Amino acid sequence: MSGEQTQASSETDIETETAPREVETGADAVVRSLENAGVEHVFGVQGGAIMPVYDALYHSEIRHVTMAHEQGAAHAADAYGIVSGDPGVCMATSGPGATNLVTGIADANMDSDPVVALTGQVPTEFVGNDAFQETDTIGVTGPVTKANVFADDSDTVGTDVGTAFALADRGRQGPTLVDLPKDVTNGDTETTPGVPELPDTYDPPETADAEAVSAAAEELVRADRPAILAGGGVIKAEASEALRSFAKEHEIPVITTMPGTGAFPEDHELSLEIAGMHGTGYANMAITVTDCLLAVGTRFDDRLTGGVETFAPDAQIIHVDIDPAEISKNIEADHPLVGDAKAVLGQLADAMPGSPSTDAWLKQCETWKEEYPMEYAAPEDEPVKPQYLVERFDEATDDDTIVTTGVGQHQMWAWQYWTWKVPRTWVTSHGLGAMGYGLPSAIGAKFAAPERDVVCFDGDGSFLMTCQGLSVAVRENLDITVVVLNNDAIGMVRQWQDAFFGERHMASEYPWVPEFDTLAEAFGARGFRIDTYDEVDEVIEEAMGYDGPSVVDAHIDPDENVYPMVPSGGDNGLFALTEGQL
Amino acid sequence: MSRREEVQRQGLKGPSPEERRRPIGRRNSQGIRIDPAVAAEPEPRRTTISAYVKNEPGVLAGVSGLFHRRQFNIESLTVGPTQNEGYSRITLVVEEPDPGIDQIKKQLNKLVPVVHVRELDSDPVACELVILKIDGDEPDKVQAITEMYDGRTLDAGPETITVQITGTEGKIDDAIDAYEQFNIREIARTGQAALARGAEETARVDEKHT
Repeated sequence: MSGEQTQASSETDIETETAPREVETGADAVVRSLENAGVEHVFGVQGGAIMPVYDALYHSEIRHVTMAHEQGAAHAADAYGIVSGDPGVCMATSGPGATNLVTGIADANMDSDPVVALTGQVPTEFVGNDAFQETDTIGVTGPVTKANVFADDSDTVGTDVGTAFALADRGRQGPTLVDLPKDVTNGDTETTPGVPELPDTYDPPETADAEAVSAAAEELVRADRPAILAGGGVIKAEASEALRSFAKEHEIPVITTMPGTGAFPEDHELSLEIAGMHGTGYANMAITVTDCLLAVGTRFDDRLTGGVETFAPDAQIIHVDIDPAEISKNIEADHPLVGDAKAVLGQLADAMPGSPSTDAWLKQCETWKEEYPMEYAAPEDEPVKPQYLVERFDEATDDDTIVTTGVGQHQMWAWQYWTWKVPRTWVTSHGLGAMGYGLPSAIGAKFAAPERDVVCFDGDGSFLMTCQGLSVAVRENLDITVVVLNNDAIGMVRQWQDAFFGERHMASEYPWVPEFDTLAEAFGARGFRIDTYDEVDEVIEEAMGYDGPSVVDAHIDPDENVYPMVPSGGDNGLFALTEGQL
Repeated sequence: MSRREEVQRQGLKGPSPEERRRPIGRRNSQGIRIDPAVAAEPEPRRTTISAYVKNEPGVLAGVSGLFHRRQFNIESLTVGPTQNEGYSRITLVVEEPDPGIDQIKKQLNKLVPVVHVRELDSDPVACELVILKIDGDEPDKVQAITEMYDGRTLDAGPETITVQITGTEGKIDDAIDAYEQFNIREIARTGQAALARGAEETARVDEKHT
């Protein structure tokens, strides 16, 4: 291969201009397809088999962000997709580059986030020979992508990338991958790809069946205890406004799933906030006794439903989803409405013959809010409670601040105690639960919305998995703030050990963790530390005020656990408020 | 506003689980609302699913991976070209309760190269094939059974006789039973290939996919 490249570069003058040029190679076609799709940023890591594509990027206006690890590249692209709504792009070489992407791709697949992954591959003639850095990337990523394709021709590789874009973006969003053998990207072509187009076998539904919509509307009007469950599909379909006006018009309380958080403002009186394993008491009461649940853009994940036997067992289910396979997959839909959430909410709004009488029901929901407050005990003389830090950061920042997290207790506290008001501000690893998601996703989010504040709540365990990303944040001078809610433990595992494993803390407590503020300084970021309540506000002001990456090592109460809690497979209505109730 | 309370307490406040309002109904493990008094889990049934697919690399791997990944119970799978260049038909025999069959159809439909999926009704035109290699010491008796099942002798020698039987799954099972009086040395059996009966189309597809 190196011989080929030497020859190629000797024939042309070394180019220093980054001006667009004619498509001459497969790699040029790949980059042209990215440009046609409107891509502005690509997150990736260089490597042998992907080098031709990087070389073609040299001539493009597209900004490449070199990440510290490919997992981070995939998470950054994922967050970019969540925040912008358009596919985020990540790129890696063959073999280890591709396998390192897999965690991030699987995360995007679980959360239906639009991501396009481009992976280098060994030259076609070596495929199947166990060549250096060869992995069957198509085989490995098949189960965790919406679609993937092995590009086998320099003349069609540009179109392959365009198709991957259209598939990631349209219908139910998700990750797609194009595997790019080096001979295909190096190969000559004169074919300039057009704009991304869907394959002719893929035709996502738009509106739902009108009769089904009418029947659902009548069901909803008849209900005594209706509730809306807003899932991530509401945000993905840009249907938050439609959902808000529908709920307000008909005075129906709104619960959000974890990915749906932000679809409805939590400071509105109709908001019951969040349901599921660590949802609020009032949301879990309402979702358990509702007699009609309008569920929009949700896949009824087990962390939401608990045991399906006891999930909304008195409710007629109206299920709006763009993916017909989600209908009756986990919870049977009495009224399946297959279509785009925004379009179907519009249809439903037009079809409503009136409004349900919800006065008594709303009063009941208000009572539950009073009975199950999220107030937490936080004596002055004890270590700082994580909930307090989340609330203070929320109060100190604008409503459109983007929050990213790792996975674990800190993630749940951030979810519970931040008051969510704006869609696309809650960026986390919902379905896959990938520790280490926080910092790389903060990087991706910042590139997608440079004018907005980005706060990453991380755990000490999660931060240790991807803290090398600080090198990227410093190099790019990204104004992001990482708040490590540090309890010297894999806290959620320890919480489960306390509850279900006789308090045997096997491999969940760290006898030693680095000083994260000092670590940050070593990377060239600003480091802060919090041990007591009286340090909180000053550190928040300094960290948020610093124009660059900062890390707050917040030593929180190690004895604090996450409540309410529904045990795995349990009954949402029997949520525990204390460990004794588990 | 911060919800911090400067008090000592473990956990959150509120009525305990036994004090709460409870729902009346219940769902089964498929998430279907049921009457708990008469509840029964849905029984699996055997059926034939036919998928019309684009001949793209990996389509078969995609289908078989899907069945493995989602724990669908698959009895047989056959694949072969159709009269339309670039398109194949995959015939699957599955055994699942109704919600599982519904999911199989929908999940298959999500695979990008899949053009059309349907469940064939209870009486499709269906056929499979078995090849049996049997000890050759009683050729007349073997021949009699082969004729009884409208089979053919593919190969005969002093040591072994190899026969083929085609037909429905049940017929082939019966034939194998009948051959068991001899020593069956080896069996190779295909899965079921099937089309909708009569003039009914097995796959209704746009002209662009023919």
